[in-house]
Amino acid sequence: MTINRDFRTCPDTGFKIHLPADKLIKWNAVSGVVFLMIGGLFGIAVALTRWPAVHLLPADWFYLALTAHGLDVLLVWLIFFEVAILYFASSVLLGSRLASPKAAWAGYWLMLIGAVMTNIAVLRGDSSVMFTSYVPMKAAPDFYLGIILFAVGALLACFVFFGTLVIAKQEKTYEGSVPLVTFGATVAAVIAVFTIAAGAIILVPTLLWSVGYISHIDTLMYKVVWWGMGHSSQQINVAAHIAVWYALAAILFGAKPLSEKVSRTAFLLYILFLQLASAHHLLVEPGLSSEYKIFNTSYAIYLAVLASMIHGLTVPGSVEAAQRKKGFNKGLFEWLRKAPWGNPAFSGFALSVVMFGFLGGISGVMMGTEQLNIIIHNTIYVPGHFHATVVTGTTLAFMALAYWLVPTLWQKELVLPGLAKWQPYLFGIGMGLVSVFMMGAGTLGVPRRHWDINFADAVMGYDFPGAAHLMMGLNGMAALMGALGGAIFILNMVGTILWGKPKTKAAEEEAPAPAPEPVVATYGNAGTMAVPGTFTLAMVFLVSFVLYYFVNWKYLAGVWPLS
Amino acid sequence: MEETQANSGGADEPIPFMQQLMDNPFLLLFIGVTMPTVFYILWGIMEITAIPIAN
Ligand code: HEM
Ligand SMILES: [Cu+2]
Repeated sequence: MTINRDFRTCPDTGFKIHLPADKLIKWNAVSGVVFLMIGGLFGIAVALTRWPAVHLLPADWFYLALTAHGLDVLLVWLIFFEVAILYFASSVLLGSRLASPKAAWAGYWLMLIGAVMTNIAVLRGDSSVMFTSYVPMKAAPDFYLGIILFAVGALLACFVFFGTLVIAKQEKTYEGSVPLVTFGATVAAVIAVFTIAAGAIILVPTLLWSVGYISHIDTLMYKVVWWGMGHSSQQINVAAHIAVWYALAAILFGAKPLSEKVSRTAFLLYILFLQLASAHHLLVEPGLSSEYKIFNTSYAIYLAVLASMIHGLTVPGSVEAAQRKKGFNKGLFEWLRKAPWGNPAFSGFALSVVMFGFLGGISGVMMGTEQLNIIIHNTIYVPGHFHATVVTGTTLAFMALAYWLVPTLWQKELVLPGLAKWQPYLFGIGMGLVSVFMMGAGTLGVPRRHWDINFADAVMGYDFPGAAHLMMGLNGMAALMGALGGAIFILNMVGTILWGKPKTKAAEEEAPAPAPEPVVATYGNAGTMAVPGTFTLAMVFLVSFVLYYFVNWKYLAGVWPLS
Repeated sequence: MEETQANSGGADEPIPFMQQLMDNPFLLLFIGVTMPTVFYILWGIMEITAIPIAN
């Protein structure tokens, strides 16, 4: 077997790019975007059905669309894009050849075939079990088989990633420790392996049960193991998008982390503790002890929350340090005001950091507290929370990266640069409002995954307060705004790849000359901790956090009136 | 920047334990799989199997 050692040098960045890795990154990223589009369309249909005045779909179609939406965006879009990130962070950042492109392609096709297979099962209408597929609800065998194939493909991608780390070390393409972004990607890959293992343990028996070889699967056992996968897969997203934040800070500002040691330790806390929080999905299960719940969701997980707050501090901190070095030193916030807010790679990144922290982080800690969980359990507050994390956090960060990655890899100019400027605001703020309105409605008791909160044809009805209906209507409008932003992103990406003008020499000369060795591919600290602006913002965050947390304890006290 | 060289270590300065740990992806993988398997999955399954069966 001959080893492909063909590289090209990127004219913008100076990266040495292994050609097979180049192609794999492109195919995985594009496949992800296509499924984002499909899943997004289902998302609009779902949101319009939950808008009481519109109530678009009939009940069976609603659950079909909800299942397809959850799977296509949460699983397929994010994991395809993450595979692209893994190959980028290993092969490109380390300047190494990719381990076994053949295995990587096998992984790609398994993922694609699996995703298509599951989509077909869902569209057929006999597998509307939603992405959690709780037993004893039964889907058709190909529903589970498709997810299993997809997962095996993703596992192959993880192996290729680890293999590439080994090769880069052996062939000495870098010295010392890997760059921080590669380290973050390693953490994502580690989490992915646990995720996929848990998924295999539960989905293989469930497939056999669906075929008829196994007669019974215990519902609680299913939930425990399934959430080992379901929760952990969200932490792949967190680790990956934080790696993307560090990458964007380095690419856009030449920013170095305030402290490599601190950032890496924070990532290590993720490896140790983040997955234990899977238990926050089981907080109201009567079969599990409080010791189990509280250990896994409090004592241990708060160390992982600490890690997220460290990243939330050091990412903007590194940007501030880099900006101040360039002379943006006036007052607390000149560095922020003078940031390139018209560049979608920056504005998407900035909105992602802020909304992930304020909307997703604060609500997540609240609902992950055993006592407080009952206030919002199974309400639409839950999707409100995770649209903040996984949409305004992860998806927006990936979009921001794509604004840099796609023109760079393809060497083409964006087709719609004017619309691109607005895109992160439309999508980010639209989806941020979706989160807020869903959380608001959830606080008023509106259930998640519910076709009709008017209970028009139900034997026993329930009247939700007018404010709840209003929130669900506003949610529908915000969803349209977000979806418009999503459509502009997809148009821009697909359009650029298909019809974008090749980057010209002139454009290149305008851009600053690339650093001999790009900061994103190196190890090193900023060498300062003087970031007063970031510390001020962090205090605002902490105060909001504490206030919101205690307001909810107060609210809990009012849930069951005692008089 | 001085720190840039920090990770390649001085000539015969021993590499700190934590750095050795974090430079070894397979050790990280081992820890990352073991921790949640023990504390979350195994502990959870033990509790479920300890629930008495109704008769
Ligand atoms: C156009 C953009 C989007 C809109 C309008 C939208 C809207 C919604 C709505 C209204 C729900 C249903 C809540 C319920 O009835 O329980 C939902 C569920 C969900 N969404 Fe989205 N969403 C969008 C994008 C995304 C993205 C990008 C992701 C992930 C990356 C995502 C992940 C999910 C998941 C996992 C569910 C839960 C499905 C379930 O309960 O089974 N959404 N979304
Ligand atoms: Cu979770």
